[in-house]
Amino acid sequence: MHARTEAASETTSETTPSWPEDIFNILQRFDVAQVPYVPDAGHSQLIERVLGASSMRAVPLTTEEEGVALLAGAWAGGQRGVLLMQSSGVGNCVNMLSLTQIFRFPFLTLVTMRGEWGEFNPWQVPMGSSTAGVFELSGIKVLRAAHPNEVREVVEAAAGQAYEACTPTAVLLSQRLIGAKVFTK
Amino acid sequence: MSKANLLDRRRVVSGLLAERNNAIVVGGLGASTYDIAAAGDHDRNFYLWGAMGGAVMIGLGIALAQPKLPVVVITGDGEMLMGMGSLATVGLQKPKNLTIVVLDNEVYGETGGQASHTAATVDLVSLARACGIADSRAMATIAEIEAFAPGMQDVQAGPRFASVKIDSANLERVLSSRDGTFIVNRIRGALGFSPM
Repeated sequence: MHARTEAASETTSETTPSWPEDIFNILQRFDVAQVPYVPDAGHSQLIERVLGASSMRAVPLTTEEEGVALLAGAWAGGQRGVLLMQSSGVGNCVNMLSLTQIFRFPFLTLVTMRGEWGEFNPWQVPMGSSTAGVFELSGIKVLRAAHPNEVREVVEAAAGQAYEACTPTAVLLSQRLIGAKVFTK
Repeated sequence: MSKANLLDRRRVVSGLLAERNNAIVVGGLGASTYDIAAAGDHDRNFYLWGAMGGAVMIGLGIALAQPKLPVVVITGDGEMLMGMGSLATVGLQKPKNLTIVVLDNEVYGETGGQASHTAATVDLVSLARACGIADSRAMATIAEIEAFAPGMQDVQAGPRFASVKIDSANLERVLSSRDGTFIVNRIRGALGFSPM
């Protein structure tokens, strides 16, 4: 995992942003029990909270598609889950995303974006540029949050439509929100 | 191209599931789903007709959600190879109620019998053990299958992994339901959960 700069936003005076805590509280409120993830710096604060929550099971994955299948199993077994990943991992999921249509289960994923907004690493750009399109082609609704003060309502809306209407939904957390990763020697 | 002394896959699966009780059984894409259907349709059968590489992870999701129920994944070598990383994920989570059985015929039987990696090099039992599934074994006889099956009911001693070398003969397909929402909602219903 890598450090990032603070988000260029109204929270610049804070060392830890409050939106990951907003997300954690929403997930708790919706009784999310299984949280598969491939680590990303943008999700590190949320992952720490999940690891410390007795009502949640954090499940580190070797690749993101495992998480889609895990959440289908969780649903069959009566639990809700959310998949945390980075935009580059969305491409790893493509065939497994079929499950969201085949089972019509409450799929929710929170994706931290790379390859946009001041990206230093050109290798992140192709997948970052096609992330939303891949989801849309796969039948998954895409919502986006670009500013700290809109994360709560966007994730709340996403969780509502995913868990209460079985509408598979992805929330893209913009690189602008998270901050561009800084590469130093 | 069947070899002598290899086990009949249907006999293996019917032996594993003869006393399944409340177990939830997940079949991988391909012949393992037909084998599970051939052993008898059941409202706790999770049939896969796609999502190759996902069987073990679906089993893990169920096992974590229902820790008091035995969960058994029965899949093939090709499907297991596509989801090899999921053995590492299971090895980390160590769900005590999860059993994984690979029916290893060393070929991709659904697509023309092309050799899989297990025919030449890959040892799935060693792989599972290296991923942290300490109870990993190879089984070669029906007697071993019958001795193994009752242990699948023990939800305190898993995870466990077994590989069974089976005959590669293509058997008549026994077709289960292909309707995913039906399959999943039937399992949820059996567990006492309502539809949306």
